[in-house]
Amino acid sequence: MSASAIFVLDLKGKVLICRNYKGDVDMAEIDHFMPLLMQHEEEGLICPVLSHGNVHFMWIKHSNLYLVATTNKNSNASLVYSFLYKIVEVFTEYFKELEEESIQDNFVVVYELLDELMDFGFPQTTDSKILQEYITQEGAKLEVAKSKVPTTVTNAVSWRSEGIKYKKNEVFIDVIESINVLVNANGSVMSSDIVGSIKLKTMLSGMPELRLGLNDRVLFALTGRDKGKTVVMEDVKFHQCVRLSRFDSDRTISFIPPDGDSELMSYRINTHVKPLIWIESVIEKFSHSRVEIMVKAKGQFKKQSVANNVEVRVPVPSDADSPKFKTSTGNAKYVPEKNLVVWTIKSFPGGKEFLMRAHFCLPSVENAEVEGKPPITVKFEIPYFTVSGIQVRYMKIIEKSGYQALPWVRYITQSGDYQLRTNV
Amino acid sequence: MTDSKYFTTTKKGEIFELKAELNSDKKEKKKEAVKKVIASMTVGKDVSALFPDVVNCMQTDNLELKKLVYLYLMNYAKSQPDMAIMAVNTFVKDCEDPNPLIRALAVRTMGCIRVDKITEYLCEPLRKCLKDEDPYVRKTAAVCVAKLHDINAQLVEDQGFLDTLKDLISDSNPMVVANAVAALSEIAESHPNSNLLDLNPQTINKLLTALNECTEWGQIFILDCLANYTPRDDRESQSICERVTPRLSHANSAVVLSAVKVLMKFMEMLPKDLDYYGTLLKKLAPPLVTLLSAEPELQYVALRNINLIVQRRPEILKHEMKVFFVKYNDPIYVKLEKLDIMIRLASQANIAQVLAELKEYATEVDVDFVRKAVRAIGRCAIKVEQSAERCVSTLLDLIQTKVNYVVQEAIVVIKDIFRKYPNKYESVIGTLCENLDSLDEPEARAAMIWIVGEYAERIDNADELLESFLEGFHDESTQVQLQLLTAIVKLFLKKPTETQELVQQVLSLATQDSDNPDLRDRGYIYWRLLSTDPVAAKEVVLAEKPLISEETDLIEPTLLEELICHIGTLASVYHKPPSAFVEGSRGVQHKRLAGSAGSGESVESPDAGSAAGASEAPPAVIPSQGDLLGDLLNLDLTPPTTAGPPPPPSSGMQMGAMDLLGGGLDSLLGGDLGGSPAMGAGFAAPPAAMPASFSAPVSSGLDDLFDLGGGVGMPMGAYSPPKTVWLPAMKAKGLEISGTFARRAGVIQMEMTLTNKAMSVMTDFAIQFNRNSFGLAPAGPLQVLSPLSPNQSIEVTLPLNTVGPVMKMDPLNNLQVAVKNNIDVFYFSCQYPISMLFVEDGKMERQVFLATWKDIPNDNESQFQIKDCHLSSDASSSKLQGSNIFTIAKRTVEGQDMLYQSMKLTNGIWLLAELRVQTGNPNYTVCLKCRAPEVSQCVFQSYEAVLKN
Repeated sequence: MSASAIFVLDLKGKVLICRNYKGDVDMAEIDHFMPLLMQHEEEGLICPVLSHGNVHFMWIKHSNLYLVATTNKNSNASLVYSFLYKIVEVFTEYFKELEEESIQDNFVVVYELLDELMDFGFPQTTDSKILQEYITQEGAKLEVAKSKVPTTVTNAVSWRSEGIKYKKNEVFIDVIESINVLVNANGSVMSSDIVGSIKLKTMLSGMPELRLGLNDRVLFALTGRDKGKTVVMEDVKFHQCVRLSRFDSDRTISFIPPDGDSELMSYRINTHVKPLIWIESVIEKFSHSRVEIMVKAKGQFKKQSVANNVEVRVPVPSDADSPKFKTSTGNAKYVPEKNLVVWTIKSFPGGKEFLMRAHFCLPSVENAEVEGKPPITVKFEIPYFTVSGIQVRYMKIIEKSGYQALPWVRYITQSGDYQLRTNV
Repeated sequence: MTDSKYFTTTKKGEIFELKAELNSDKKEKKKEAVKKVIASMTVGKDVSALFPDVVNCMQTDNLELKKLVYLYLMNYAKSQPDMAIMAVNTFVKDCEDPNPLIRALAVRTMGCIRVDKITEYLCEPLRKCLKDEDPYVRKTAAVCVAKLHDINAQLVEDQGFLDTLKDLISDSNPMVVANAVAALSEIAESHPNSNLLDLNPQTINKLLTALNECTEWGQIFILDCLANYTPRDDRESQSICERVTPRLSHANSAVVLSAVKVLMKFMEMLPKDLDYYGTLLKKLAPPLVTLLSAEPELQYVALRNINLIVQRRPEILKHEMKVFFVKYNDPIYVKLEKLDIMIRLASQANIAQVLAELKEYATEVDVDFVRKAVRAIGRCAIKVEQSAERCVSTLLDLIQTKVNYVVQEAIVVIKDIFRKYPNKYESVIGTLCENLDSLDEPEARAAMIWIVGEYAERIDNADELLESFLEGFHDESTQVQLQLLTAIVKLFLKKPTETQELVQQVLSLATQDSDNPDLRDRGYIYWRLLSTDPVAAKEVVLAEKPLISEETDLIEPTLLEELICHIGTLASVYHKPPSAFVEGSRGVQHKRLAGSAGSGESVESPDAGSAAGASEAPPAVIPSQGDLLGDLLNLDLTPPTTAGPPPPPSSGMQMGAMDLLGGGLDSLLGGDLGGSPAMGAGFAAPPAAMPASFSAPVSSGLDDLFDLGGGVGMPMGAYSPPKTVWLPAMKAKGLEISGTFARRAGVIQMEMTLTNKAMSVMTDFAIQFNRNSFGLAPAGPLQVLSPLSPNQSIEVTLPLNTVGPVMKMDPLNNLQVAVKNNIDVFYFSCQYPISMLFVEDGKMERQVFLATWKDIPNDNESQFQIKDCHLSSDASSSKLQGSNIFTIAKRTVEGQDMLYQSMKLTNGIWLLAELRVQTGNPNYTVCLKCRAPEVSQCVFQSYEAVLKN
């Protein structure tokens, strides 16, 4: 169905650890992986699936590791990639960093986890919070706790254990919207969308039932209420704790939350947003002599709001040297290893306009390498504000012990994939 | 303190030392030793020698230690099968441990030890674990059944584990249900005939309930299993869809894709006019778009699948072009896939945006991506006619960049554009010729040569250009050689006077100096053609080429259907059926979409647009790369028309070129025949390369006999409409053609009267058909043996066959004909009654008829009234039978006769009809069912015509 075996390799292709789940693919096949990958890389045809004979390798790369699944069947590829990323997530929660060293340092736990995460190619329990209840790094100390299966593993509520206690019951809700923009070199917006995410930090006792109310237009239309601004969400994705069929029938977001941090839901909004920070750039390249860059940044959001930690990243040719900058505000810095000028503005009020000029020298010998046309990218964060206007209208918390709990909400808008193409 | 210290002991005698430690009395020391063993195993050292010592550590209450020992066992049991038996006792004991974690661990590990001897000991513990009170153990045991089945299928069946596994589908715990489903699916996959997963509405209901409660992975197992189910009717289909759609909101991309698979498959069963069908279509787009914000590898899988979905149901994503725009930091595999989908979605509405993007991409640095972008521009030009001009000018801009590979790609696509829009953009040829020298790739060279040959009459120095290529003829690739040969022959036919030497040179290079059989054969064909019948040569080589279809690289419909059933899997990523890359899966039944069991016809829905429109008349896809060779062969050899005796040389109307040709060839041949044995052999060879359509005279002789009989009067013969004027004299320089079609003794005939209304004699008649819906083609040459004098008429009968090239026409029974004589070529189109195509063995068995009638969806049924018909039902029946419309059964209900009739078209499509005749009512009703409903209209016309004549 999915993977026959899972391998963790270092950058040279040496197997650090592996687990054979089905035994239908020779474990030595992995030796073909690295040469294949190199060959594809040389041809510039890198691909997430490689095959050698009737063995197929599905792989991802994480820091200095390759995670590879092998199969000789018509596997569910999306499941395999999802699972590989899940492994990364679980290992990262266990070892903070997932890299060559952490695999070696924890090989016993890694084996245990691999045993628990997948059985005969079928992914099993992959929730790291639950796994941590019975697979721990300090084995000796916690033997007592480990001697029974947490009922959570096989519960319908497989993401939250019973008996959690907090003195003060609180839940923190972060509404984070990322703006993705693609602007053409002539200044027209090719595509733009908002990807929102609602994150929870749950500090609630027992098994609370939560209901989240948003100013969702479909919901308002269903219930016949129509007051205030509403938002149309193009597509919504939920954490597995949310009852999907309930949402599908009456748009109610009801769930028993996982403890601690989690992403409750994400949504996509396809409306045309005005790029919050507008960039106009003039980049003039005089071959064999110099590059002149002029960038104007304009805050196209409410005057009361302020964008923090704004970074405008302007690409420069790789052979440029002797940078000179002039800025009306903030700091410009040349980052030669990335061939970028990074212009940082700590605080950027709405409606304001700033300028940056840069001057580089070019060598008289033409750079033989052809370079791409990387776009200008922008990073920013605007607190207390969502572009879409989405609002948490209520968060109802009901627990059978009847405690009172407080929800706290924060809003923030930030840059996502924010690219402006240039002419040069 | 970390585990890495275990890796550091590399002293000699290590094994010996470890052995001692493993046998130590101290628990802690034992555990340390096992860890060292596992560490050695991890780095690939052989520690199998320690097997008995490690197994000795198995009996421990330390869970961590136990796990390590189990791990060791899994790795080495296979190499030490005899000693593995030692572990069995502990396994059996552990399966009864009070701690469910240990019970599960034992049963999980035992299944992974692939040693035959152990399996029999496994049965009892497994049986207990399958009934364990703890769901954690049950879910582990469920998977263990699949493991055991993999090792010893017979044992599993004998022990009745499969039934227990089926029972687990009704387990109260969703995780157990999910694993049972996964295990059963796995077993069923390797034993396709086992009928293990006989899904019925009850089990489906259980699965759908479990779907709401199990983990994300469990949801995928269940959805993948559901996808194999075939709902009984559209209502069940809809209710399953309704319960699956909420999964589209799951955060895990794999759950979403598996849900999409179920929906795409079950949607086939829903009537298109159902409101819910439209709702479902709308619901599919947003989650598909959201998949594009997943991790790149998942994006890639999603894009490969979207590529399939867009071909199957273009309406889902037609408004989502923008999300496929390429981002600078996308990995190359994502970029290439996005580009492909952009072209599929390109339409008149969004073409401006698409072109602007493509132009942007064409200036990137990644060579493969740039190449594909340039090709994409050409594909847009071919797909969206309104954009062709802009595409061409964009390509010209790109050629001006002089970037070598850009220029080459541009020339390759411009060739295709010329094919699609002949004689429209040849003003750009000049620019193309300037770049001749920079072409070093065979495909680009071949394309350029084709262009020069095709437009030789407009390129002043065409001969010089082609000659320059000829110098290094033997160093060129076959593709270029073939193309050069054809191009020079074309040039010669267009400018015979100054190119004799050139053509002689290329013919001898191809036939005498080449080892390549394709090249030699083509050379000989040309040579023979030029020498025996230059006019024919001209018609063959310079024949009008079929236009290339607008969609290239479409996946063949049946494969597409199969791949839709495999959404999310490797098959959907490779765009290959699983049988192509999974060993042992041959013979496994190919998955098909529901509602289209028999043939591809019924999947055709009018709104599926161009993608599905291909089922009846497969589009003649000109491969955009690689297969140029086959393409050319097809191209230049499409039905040659006149190959009969050479025309009488005395005619006063002889074309000027004819003499030139004749003379030129005579000298050519004269010089050659003398000294070249190779050439002689070439002539002596039987004309094997001639298309089969030449071998028809026998049947046409027979037809003439029947024709006579028919003239005397065969009342029960097939209906043939009266002759009508197809080509008026004023449109054809004095040639008038009237004609009709008839089917006599199973042969389709075109019966024509040719009348010469001009002042001069007409000779050299020949006929050719354009591609048409049913592949009609002349079965032999047009037999007009004597010249046609002014004011003379002649009756001609042309037998037809249905093996010609197929292209869907509008109306379906339209036929485009070209007739040539010594004066010019004339074109006309006519419509044939579809009853000509009803074959003699079109009588269906009663049972088959009933089953087929039910099997064809009601959507495909249409009704028609025939007014003012005064025949009894029996008379109608016998009259229809004359035209191969067979009555299978007759039923009389309340004075109304119902005739059930069947007919079969030459291409094998069956038509089923119900004819209702009410006594005293001159209006008949015909109900028609067919998997290809678009033929219905033509069939009705035929019914009416047959009954009323």
